[in-house]
Amino acid sequence: MEGIVSYGAYIPIYRLSGEIVRQVWGGGTRGERAVANADEDSLTMGVEAARVCLQGIDKCTVDALYFASTTAPYKEKQSASIIAAALDLREDIVTADFSDSLRSATTALRLALDSVKSGSVNRVLLIGSDCRIPPPNSDLELVFGDGAVALLIGRDASIQIEGSFHTSSEFVDIWRLEYDKLPKRWEDRFVAEQGYLPHMQKAIFALLRAHNLAVKDIAKACFYAHDARGHRNMARVLGLDITQVQEPLFDKALEEAKIGDRMLLANYGDGADAYVIRVAGEVRGNGGSVRRYLESKMMLDNYGKYIKFRNLMEFEQTPEHTPRTSLSQIWRERKWVYRCHGHKCQKCGKVQFPLQKYCMYCQADEKLLEEVSLSDKKGTLFTFSIDERAPVIDPPNVLAAVNLEGGCRFFSQMTDRHVKNIKVGMPMELTFRRIHDALGIHNYFWKCKPAR
Amino acid sequence: MSEGIRDKVAIIGVGCSRFGERWDAGIEDLIKEASVEACEDAGIEIRDIQAIWLGTAQGSQQTGGVPTGIVVSQSLQTQGTPVTRVENACASGQEAVRGAAYGVASGAYDLVMAIGAEKLKDTGYGGLGGGAPGKWEPVYGAFGSAPGRYAMAATAYFAKYGLAFEEGKRILAEISVKSHYYGVKNPKAHLRREVTVEEVLNAPLIAWPLGLFDCCGVTDGAAAAIMVPASMAKKYRKDYINIKGIGISAGAGWGKEREDYDFTYWDATQMAARQAYSEAGIKDVHKQIDLVELHDCFSIAELIATESLFLCEAGKYKQEFTDRRAYYHDGEMPVNVSGGLKSFGHPIGASGCRETYEICKQIQGKAQEPSRQIKDAMIGLSHNQGGHPGRFVCGVIIYGMP
Repeated sequence: MEGIVSYGAYIPIYRLSGEIVRQVWGGGTRGERAVANADEDSLTMGVEAARVCLQGIDKCTVDALYFASTTAPYKEKQSASIIAAALDLREDIVTADFSDSLRSATTALRLALDSVKSGSVNRVLLIGSDCRIPPPNSDLELVFGDGAVALLIGRDASIQIEGSFHTSSEFVDIWRLEYDKLPKRWEDRFVAEQGYLPHMQKAIFALLRAHNLAVKDIAKACFYAHDARGHRNMARVLGLDITQVQEPLFDKALEEAKIGDRMLLANYGDGADAYVIRVAGEVRGNGGSVRRYLESKMMLDNYGKYIKFRNLMEFEQTPEHTPRTSLSQIWRERKWVYRCHGHKCQKCGKVQFPLQKYCMYCQADEKLLEEVSLSDKKGTLFTFSIDERAPVIDPPNVLAAVNLEGGCRFFSQMTDRHVKNIKVGMPMELTFRRIHDALGIHNYFWKCKPAR
Repeated sequence: MSEGIRDKVAIIGVGCSRFGERWDAGIEDLIKEASVEACEDAGIEIRDIQAIWLGTAQGSQQTGGVPTGIVVSQSLQTQGTPVTRVENACASGQEAVRGAAYGVASGAYDLVMAIGAEKLKDTGYGGLGGGAPGKWEPVYGAFGSAPGRYAMAATAYFAKYGLAFEEGKRILAEISVKSHYYGVKNPKAHLRREVTVEEVLNAPLIAWPLGLFDCCGVTDGAAAAIMVPASMAKKYRKDYINIKGIGISAGAGWGKEREDYDFTYWDATQMAARQAYSEAGIKDVHKQIDLVELHDCFSIAELIATESLFLCEAGKYKQEFTDRRAYYHDGEMPVNVSGGLKSFGHPIGASGCRETYEICKQIQGKAQEPSRQIKDAMIGLSHNQGGHPGRFVCGVIIYGMP
């Protein structure tokens, strides 16, 4: 049966805590939420989740990539195609972006299943990712969390999707216009009573009826809510026992699922999507990425940093730091800029990055240099510096020379680091990031980061 | 079989502008200041000069453009004299000297001038301006700065030779203390204030592990040297200085990307040194070289260049230089007793020519302040380097008495 062949999730390393929010706005905000680093966006987080999902999978079996987000970095220019390149997927695949609705990922899931069922594609890589900016000093400030999930949808899946039910609704509750940075919304009581609860209920009960299931047959229910109270109310309305309610992280549910479990997945926004999922076999592990990413975190030590990360204020611009880029040059160099390809010399065996005209060790011509993928290689830190004055959003700028396993020196910026903990010899890995914006263009490239 | 440059070309006059934040002077003023002094020193007129080489990285950064040789003819009112503008980043000054010397050695000209000049302080900001993301490369190394890249060498040096952070910082601090000590003794220097080791150690960090006093400033300035065939030099003056050897090496540029590159010694520097030593007939650097002006844009640059020029055994800098105070003017191997790039200043394209100026003055016994005059100096080494570790173009020129 069709379903989830493999999955992966990504949660950025930074957290914004209630304490920091209270220091700025007062009030009683508690808890914490994941915040994308200054060099991350929905696209890069999607890449990270997909890299976890594709571990040990033959990338050639992926025939389509669907990317769902309400915060795609470009209004016009597809994200899925950039993600496909960063993942080093084949070029003859179908790519599509699903956008505008909070439900876009679960809707894309239905279309991914249909694509597989139709036989037109073998496997679809579905990525959902968001980096929504909550209005500062609002109850949403610690509710929105940044992160991404990737599901590989295919046949003979151990996590089988038995069926789904979908509704569409013109109901308006939260929205953004073209140039809005922050979402706007109607009164929460109206949204809950006329939107969220009835739409979700309708779809979920219709689905259960169609599959002759009762609420008690559900081992775990994973569903969207706009906040914790909404989540509790939904569970009550559905008649779910507390043991059946999954905290709203679907991947974590998969991580903890047992064979034979039947799960409910439901999502809301412009209507609702509901799925019945059965764990039929051994769940393909993703290294416990959700748990790992939840545990490894760095607390933002002040609100100013968060303001800079999301560009919420105007800052001084000096002529010195007017950034530049070149699309034609990036296009020429795309094999290593996006795909992180290096060269392995057939004559001396040395691996090198970036791609060369001649081997940098034995000067063999590029005819003798074979392209190899380097993005998944682990490494160790050879040397570094900490530039306090570089024009980066999150100073200091850490420059690093990393020795990758199997040979190859990788020179890059280091991200997701505790500056005080950096030491020569520490384990490192590579990550795809939005390294700077110039001329209105997002420039993506690989950085190194301490192994997480 | 090539003969090399040794003793074919003589320097008969040198000039150097006052270095510093020259709010009063544009690049034309700086070029004139240096050229006029050089001509007076040589006892010639500007119109006698047959060809000119200008070394500048960007000329005047205010314009944002790259100048041609016209900036020289406009400054000096030369009427159609050939001017060639050369560029090798921070090593542009020495590239001008090299071009001019070969112009004479080829027999094409009898009287030429090399000028290095840079006007950096018309931009409206403090740094060099190389820090704009994507300025050089759209993404690869888009955020590299000079301090950030040189600091990687300091980290690697500390790690390789087992120096604790404080220990390594102190070795570097001693270098900066020395540079400032000589800056005070140089009326043309940019930074003329002594500093203590403690001050250096407590200064704000620029790029860990390098602090404020580990970095040279951003300076305006120009320097010039006038050359003739050695056979004709006596006509102009008795105490002319000969070029003994020139070495230049453009490194392969992929250092930081090579696994075997360890940042603690610089192959381009070594290669340029070997070429220059061989041409100049230098067999024993300690016996034959009396003073060194080297490219100390950062304290770590002075340390590693000293080792890579074979003036010191690799990893032994502390024992051979710091502890013995070898680099002072009365030490075994005086290094940068002009104040160096650190205190004299570093107007990018000017520095290579400024080193020529200092070496000629020292050999002639004419250091502006007698208190830093090196006794009986006969052979001097000038080292000029552009780029950053792993991506250097490096020049070494040996000057000496005929």
